[in-house]
Amino acid sequence: MTNAIPLEAVLVVAGALFCIGLFGALSRRNMVGILMGVELMLNAVNINLVAFWRYLEPRFITGQTFALFVIAVAAAEAAVGLAMIIAIYRSWQTVNADSVDSLRG
Amino acid sequence: MEPLQIPPVNLILLAPLLTVVGWASALLLVDVFLIPEGKKKLTGYLAIAGLLVAGLVGLPLWNVSGSTFSGMLVLDRYSLSLTWIFVIVGALSIAMALDYLPRHGIEQGEFYPLIMFAVAGMILLAQGTDLIVLFLGIEALSITLYILTGFAYPRLTSEEAAMKYLVLGAFAAGFFVYGIALVYGATGTTSLAGIAEFLGRQTLVAEDQTLLLAGAGMVLIAFSFKTALVPFHMWTPDVYEGSPTPVAAFMSVGTKGAALAALLRVLAFAFEGVQAYWLPVLAALAAITMVVGNLGALGQTNVKRMLAYSSIGHAGYILLGIMVASERGAEAFLFYLLAYALTNLGAFGVVIALEQQGESVWSIEDFAGLYQRRPMLAVAMALFMFSLAGVPPTAGFMAKFFIFTAAYEGGLGWLALVGVITSAIAAYFYLRVVVKMFMQEPAREVQPELNRGLNADIIIAGVATLLIGLVPTPFIFLAQQSLVALGG
Amino acid sequence: MLGAYLPILVMFLIAVFIAAFVIIVSSLLGPRRSTVRKLAPYESGMEPIGPAIRRIPVKFYVVAMLFIVFDIEVVFFYPYALVFRDLAGPGLVAMGVFFLVLVVGFVYEWKKGALKWE
Repeated sequence: MTNAIPLEAVLVVAGALFCIGLFGALSRRNMVGILMGVELMLNAVNINLVAFWRYLEPRFITGQTFALFVIAVAAAEAAVGLAMIIAIYRSWQTVNADSVDSLRG
Repeated sequence: MEPLQIPPVNLILLAPLLTVVGWASALLLVDVFLIPEGKKKLTGYLAIAGLLVAGLVGLPLWNVSGSTFSGMLVLDRYSLSLTWIFVIVGALSIAMALDYLPRHGIEQGEFYPLIMFAVAGMILLAQGTDLIVLFLGIEALSITLYILTGFAYPRLTSEEAAMKYLVLGAFAAGFFVYGIALVYGATGTTSLAGIAEFLGRQTLVAEDQTLLLAGAGMVLIAFSFKTALVPFHMWTPDVYEGSPTPVAAFMSVGTKGAALAALLRVLAFAFEGVQAYWLPVLAALAAITMVVGNLGALGQTNVKRMLAYSSIGHAGYILLGIMVASERGAEAFLFYLLAYALTNLGAFGVVIALEQQGESVWSIEDFAGLYQRRPMLAVAMALFMFSLAGVPPTAGFMAKFFIFTAAYEGGLGWLALVGVITSAIAAYFYLRVVVKMFMQEPAREVQPELNRGLNADIIIAGVATLLIGLVPTPFIFLAQQSLVALGG
Repeated sequence: MLGAYLPILVMFLIAVFIAAFVIIVSSLLGPRRSTVRKLAPYESGMEPIGPAIRRIPVKFYVVAMLFIVFDIEVVFFYPYALVFRDLAGPGLVAMGVFFLVLVVGFVYEWKKGALKWE
């Protein structure tokens, strides 16, 4: 069954998903959009981890465990990010990343 | 699949970490239920007490070493020394914040447990010997720091800094886990010892190890983001300027120290065998970090931004110690970290004393004529500036001396040379502050505010800076002892 | 090996073809006469009321935020549910500690009033 789809195919999907997330995070102006891009990146990692676990080391559950941790951490990050977006929206009345620029960078 | 077994767990080895986490959780509840508004300073004192207790708990563990949780966490003298440094950093940062928060109208009891959680993340980074644990440590540290950066809530710059930090930090986290996933795919393990064993098993042919190389590269990028190495440093000045000053002080030494300590363990254990691959990359990173960090500080008139660039430059120096993956290098790294942490916390303390309520200028002009008004404060600041610049009787000089010697002996003579040259450049902007304080008339009346917490911070930092500079031997001995029985 | 998936590919192509065919043909042949009623958004045949994009009270975001955190922490219970017999006592203690940490967060947010709706 594991032979039906080669590992490479799964890795390509994960890599593509990672790149889509990266592109989204870089090109989006809406801060919620940026967060969604980051979530995509982390989920691409989960595909990778589970794929490596299934194809390479199915006896040890390292990959699966790690995927769970990544999910939990991603949730914490998303929650903090959303809280921050609400705070910014309350003071600036916008969620556009470009118009938040009081610090000269 | 065979039935799962819980691996043997030795909680004694995690005593300092557990103390910090347990105390912080309890303090969070104590703060909401028992401590009334306006008395939140009490929470701060309790947090300091907790950190000190955690440090004391570590004392009897000096001669203990071992690993637990199936080798995911380790206790050795290296991690214990780092734990002590982090505990001191956390306690001093809280001391600085005690009066800063109410003065700026942003006092919330949660600040203190949050700092403790961040310290816990740092200890996790020091003790972790598995990439999963390192990931958790970095995230525990970063996520609390995102919140702390935005802690001055109604202030717009604080929110903006927090958002920038969060987006870039989340980015780095993405790269970090992707890199770890690739390393896991290539080696079949995430433990540092396992990776080292895998690399030792065969002669590495780069062409066959695309996965491993790509993964290691991404992990390195993530570390560079977290420690603000050039070219991944763009966020640093903005975030430091926007965040509350005690948080900036905490970040400038804590995050960098913890992430670099973890990087040292990763490089020295997991990837020791393939030094030829990462050494040129890190050498280039260190060189441009030293140059860009110090040149960037030259043009700054905002002291907080100047200290941000200076911290970038110092990360470059610290990287020298990491690259020389020898005992000398690691010793120099620990020594430098201690000296830099204390000096920088002192300098930020003086900045806080001069920070006026509701203002966000931190102009260097405010230092003009400080000597006439507050001679002791000016002397202390001069001491910290000398130490950061690396002028002889201070801790900074000894630290730079050791790290450059270690680099030279480790065959990185040209990097040591770059370090010396950039230090000379750096002397300009550090000494400019000293000149302003002693030689110029005040441009405007700035009333420095001192209080118990700040006094304690500046005095402790000042005395330590002098002491380490004048009598470095016991500290060097401590650093040497820290590397005995270094576990992988 | 990938050959096993050929029927799915064929099915996929046919689906795309039919969908595209129907859309193109109907847009080519069908008459187009727009009226006010046709252009209005469809609300089950009722008269549309109010704008489609409405501001939602920020309370919802707070609840959603808290929900994300506590909802996701549950993922750690799933693996435990699979093996809790094997792990027996020590496993129960470990999950108890984990649960305790969650409860600390829950009590904190409760006391802070994050769960109050009004």
